[in-house]
Parts: sequence; structure tokens; C-alpha cells
Amino acid sequence: MSRFNIKHWFLGGLAAASLVGGLQAETITISCGAVGAERQLCEEGTRLWSEKTGHEVQVVSTPNSATERLSLYQQLLAAQSGDVDIFQIDVVWPGMLANHMIDLSEHTDGVEEEHFQPLISNNTVDGRLVAMPWFTDAGVLYYRKDLLEKYDQPVPETWEQLTATAETVMAAEREAGQDKFWGFVWQGRAYEGLTCDALEWVASYNGGTIVNPDGEVTINNPAAKKALTVASQWVGTISPKSVLNYTEEEARGVFQSGNALFMRNWPYAWSLTQSADSPIKDRVGVVALPRGEESGQHAGTLGGWQLAVSKYSNNSELAADLVLYLTSFQEQKRRAIQGSYNPTIPALYRDEDVLAAVPFFGELFETFKNGVARPSSATGDKYGRVSNAFFNSVHDVLSGEANADQALSKLERDLRRLGRRGW
Amino acid sequence: MAISTSAPNNTKTHDGSPSGAPLARSRPSRIHRQRLRAAWLCLIPMLLVLAAVAGWPLVRTIWFSFTDASFSNISEYGWVGLENYLVYDDGAWYGVLADPTWWQSVWNTLFFTVVSVGAETVLGLIIALTLNAQFRGRGLIRAATLIPWAVPTIVSAKMWGWMLHDQFGIINDVLMTLGIIAEPLNWTANADLSMWAVIMVDVWKTTPFMALLTLAALQMLPSDCYEAAKVDGIHPVRVFFKVTLPLILPALMVAIIFRVLDALRVFDVIYVLTSNSEDTMSMSVYARQQLVQFQDVGYGSAASTVLFLIIALLTITYLYLGRKQIGGES
Repeated sequence: MSRFNIKHWFLGGLAAASLVGGLQAETITISCGAVGAERQLCEEGTRLWSEKTGHEVQVVSTPNSATERLSLYQQLLAAQSGDVDIFQIDVVWPGMLANHMIDLSEHTDGVEEEHFQPLISNNTVDGRLVAMPWFTDAGVLYYRKDLLEKYDQPVPETWEQLTATAETVMAAEREAGQDKFWGFVWQGRAYEGLTCDALEWVASYNGGTIVNPDGEVTINNPAAKKALTVASQWVGTISPKSVLNYTEEEARGVFQSGNALFMRNWPYAWSLTQSADSPIKDRVGVVALPRGEESGQHAGTLGGWQLAVSKYSNNSELAADLVLYLTSFQEQKRRAIQGSYNPTIPALYRDEDVLAAVPFFGELFETFKNGVARPSSATGDKYGRVSNAFFNSVHDVLSGEANADQALSKLERDLRRLGRRGW
Repeated sequence: MAISTSAPNNTKTHDGSPSGAPLARSRPSRIHRQRLRAAWLCLIPMLLVLAAVAGWPLVRTIWFSFTDASFSNISEYGWVGLENYLVYDDGAWYGVLADPTWWQSVWNTLFFTVVSVGAETVLGLIIALTLNAQFRGRGLIRAATLIPWAVPTIVSAKMWGWMLHDQFGIINDVLMTLGIIAEPLNWTANADLSMWAVIMVDVWKTTPFMALLTLAALQMLPSDCYEAAKVDGIHPVRVFFKVTLPLILPALMVAIIFRVLDALRVFDVIYVLTSNSEDTMSMSVYARQQLVQFQDVGYGSAASTVLFLIIALLTITYLYLGRKQIGGES
């Protein structure tokens, strides 16, 4: 599909000289997420590349839910469709999708050395670099600075503190006539996001990561039970019952409209809460997620997205070039400043412009560097099932259909069954 | 998913001979042979197309159900026999037929089918009887009732999903304003409500279809029975049960069977409203989850095959009974 270049976009007053003549322009198709400002940033980034190279980029939207997105990708890739050249893939997918992606290391010229090494090794399957890290993620705690000051409450260090503070502030705010006010919002729908949230609770009480790196099922332990029991007590008290159906954006909707004190979310929500039309602009603080009791640890689940080039693309050279452009130092810097997307390049965490835009990148550097990984490497192809079993069990505990004890011993049986012949 | 149910539209099976008259068909006439050949020639294109679009995917699905194929690399797989269906391994049973979630989805599907088709039939009958009466603007009303049926399921399910939304859905808003509920209900996530929400949306959508088929049957009824009943002064309710219902029953049965076969395969309305939740998971949703989300093509195909067998069995039973009935009538 080649045609003459007809259109050129103008960005930020940069008038690009239109290319006249017989330049063959190709069209590259990229799938970008559309959570928060993702789509806009993706379009801007690809437009910059278009101006540089003269090729067109088509951005296709994908479902917001990671679970749904994977299903869509699976169908496209199983059909060996060349419709999409570049896929935005989750940090837990490289193992599953490796067969469908080209080896990028032939195109990178060693630039992967500049990124977080754990991410690069996560994206390297059987010695092939199947994706370049685009942005990393870890769960963080958002809080309302103004309200904590108003009621003279500390920023919570432990989940127990968070619960107590949330109860106090919520009662007082409702007393004052804010009848839609809640203490804490998070992601409780039965989907991949709940796996991330629940893994944070469990890990913060030192309860492990469901399946350990050796492939042993470790989830049925007292610390994990304690964590889930604590969380189940939030539903209907400091969190609305409907939190059981929330994804990232529903939680942000409640928090950003000024109706919640605390929110668990990814860093992307920062720039949106600070946008010009946000009712809570300049009243938000971000810290690492609380520990489980005094003996626990701060834990944020490692998330983040990568860009991979499909094996079935007709333009893999160009597509790889676009991937390298989008994951480059400059573009990651722009995305960090404009959308608070975490760079995957450590040097950017010391960059003054970035720190001015997103102060907590510096303070939480360790959190981002040491995110708690979901057991996708240990469980390989079966990760989807493991995660599904885990979030369904947690959902049962949260909705009161089972207690932590029953749910976790059943989950342990199910997981052992899944991995009975090795993962 | 290669699940295609052939609609039982061939109930009028003709073997060319009136039943009950044993014909000695030792030497069919030449003309009969010619007609047979012509009939087959006309059928061949249709059979070829069916084999390509329905037969081949079905065979492939059944084939995959005996393998351990995975989406991550569909070209490499090994033969595992019946393991995807049922296997005894290390002191426990595994496979689709040993999976409690599968049986939960079978139960959900049956519950959904019985309740929704039952409600649609009753409501459709009521609407059809209403539309059968003579009144001004009947044509307009008749067209209006068809709208829910005309909207694609995926669109109407999404629409209902927003209307049922716990935070900003209009349904909760109306019920709260009327003082029927005290706090917003979580229609699609609450385990006790979600199945009923799904059934409600399906009933809203499919009742017009039932009404239309029933109405067609009603319009064919002879008027003399009714005049006679009127003269004899028989109560209308009795007339309905003694005259109308028996007369429209054959048409109603066809409509019900159509709906039952549809409801057993239900996917879109459930998936859009409640995603993969186990409270409402139907057999098709289960099969899709295994196949697509868990990449387990072998296991998912086994679930699809069991679903296909269930529906095929029901269809065959219906055809057999229908044939006997028609045979008895002619």
C-alpha cells in the first residue's frame, strides 16, 4: 500500500515543508491504549515521527481493559493478520506473544542498554528482544493533601493507618454534607487490575507473589489471608460497594471529582488530576503504597507497557524505526512531562524538567525500580489462567461470598492443579 | 467458534408417498429418477457452500479438541486423545467435564434459556393478542414494537449496560427518585442481580420476535370458530384456551424452538453486560474464555464441541418428534 504523500500536519506552529514529488510514503498502523491521555500522547508522538520521515501513521484504539486487549491481539495474531504493525503489549505478555513478534535487537544498535535492565530481560524471550519498554508503572497511593491537613491526619504509612484515617475523614466530610464522599477507591472489578491491587496487599504483608520464581504455589499463607481480610473490610465501609466493578478510570472518576480521600492507581493519573479543569488541582499528593502493619513493606505492582513489531507486518523495518523513536530518550521525556508516564530510562529520573513536572518520580524512584513482578515468568503460558483464578478468588473474598481462608485454600488447590506438570 | 445450528426448517419431509400406504418401490419410474437427479443437482451448490462455511470449521474444532494446541503457536500441537474432555490423573479428574466452572456455565445457560424464553413467549403472546385487535394506529404500533429486535444485540447490550450503570445509570436514578430503592444497585456486578439483568435485557430485545411470529399465526385463524363461540356466549378466556391456543400452538412451538436454540448459544448479551463473570457465564462465554483468553485452543475446542453436541441432540430430538407429529397429522 504505497501512495503519494498528500497530507501534512502542522504541530506547534512548525510548518513542515510539504514533500512534493515522487516520494513513496508508507502507512504504519500502531495500536495504542486509550486510558487517560494515552491516545492523545500516542498520536502526538507518531505525528512527530511522521514529520521526520514523511511516512504516515494510523493509530487504532484498543479496549481499555488489559484482559480484553489481549484477547483482541490473540485473534489478530492467530489469524496472522498484517493489519496492525506495532502492538502495545503489557509487561506480562512477552512470553505469550513472543512467537508473533520480530527480534528488535537487530534494529536497536545497543540502545536497550540505557533502559531498566529488569524490563529488558523481561522482554527478552529465548534470547530474542521481542519488545522495547515504552513506559513502566507501579501502583502508588494518591491522597488529598488539603483534607489530611484540614483534619490533622498523617500521610498513612500502613494499611491500618489508612483505614483509620479514611474512616475519620469520611465520617467528618459526610457530616459536613458531602454525602457522596468515600475514604478509599481502587480497582475491584474481576480483571487483571484486581490481580495488581491484590498482589500489592499480599506482598505488603510479606505474603509473597502467588507463585514463587521456582514455580511453587505460595499463596495459601497467613500473611496473604490477613491482607485479603483487611481489604474485604473496606468494601461498604471506606470504599463504595460498587468498587467491586471499578477499573482504573472509574476510580479516577470518583477521586478527581473530589469524592474520595485516597486512591490506588498508576502514575498516569497524576497529570490528569493536575490538569487545568481538574477540581482537585494542586491538592493531591502521591506516596508509596502503605505497608502491611509495622513489619510489612511498601509494595507496588510492576506494570508498564512495551512496543513490539508483529512478524506479519509488511513494513517491519519502518515499524521498528517508529518503535525506536517512540521509546527514545526524547519521546519518553516528553511523555513523562506531559502525561506523567514513567520513563524506562533511569537517567530521566534525574532530569530536572521531568522532576519539575512530576515531583514524585524522584522520591519514588526505588518503588519504580523495585516493583513487585506478577508471576508471569514463573507460570509462562498459563499466566492468564493463574491471574484469572487469583482475581476471581479475591473478588469472592471482597464481595463476601467466601472468607479468605476458604478462598485461598481452594485457590491453592486450583493452582496446583494447573501447574501439576510444571508451568 | 464453529457452532452452527441448522435451523429446523425442513420439518416438512416428503418422501413422496402418503404415509400409511406402503408403496412397493422396487422400480422407481424413469421420470422419478430424473427428478431425483435434478433435485440433487440443485442441492449441490448449497451443500458445497455449507460444507465450506459450516462443515469445515466444525470438523476443525472437533479435531482440535483432541489436541493440546495453543494460540501462542497454533501450528505445533500434539495429540492428547480425550484428555481435554475427561482424564483421571494423579488421583483427581481433569478436563472440561470435571470442571465445576463448566457445569456452572451449563446451569447458567439452562436457567437463562428457560426463564428468558418462557417470559418472551408469554409477553409475546400478550402483545400479539393486543396487536391482533382492530384499533387506529395499529400499523404504527406494530412497527414500533419491532425496534428492540432491529437493534443489533451488541448495541442494545451496551446501551443497557450504561442504563444499568450503578453510578450514573438512568435505571437507578428513576428507582431512587420514585423511592423504590434506597441506594444505587449494582445491576451487572452483583451476584444476585446480574443474571436477572441479563435476562431482562434479552427479554426486552427478543419479545418482539415472539410477538411477530405469534401475530402471524393469529392472523391466519378462521373467524367462524369465534363467531360460533360468540353466539354460544362462551367466555373469552375460555375461547382463548380452547380455540386460539390449540390453533396457534404449532406456530408457537416453532418460534419457541428457534429461541431455545438461540438462547443455548447465547454469547453477546452476556459478555457485553457482565464480561467473564462466573455468575452469568454461559457455555459460549466459557468456551471463548478458554480459547481466546487462556490461549488453550484444545480445551476451548472441547468445550465448543460439547456445546455443539448438546444443541445437535436437542435439534435432532425436535426433528424426530416433529416428524412423528407431522406424520401423524397427514
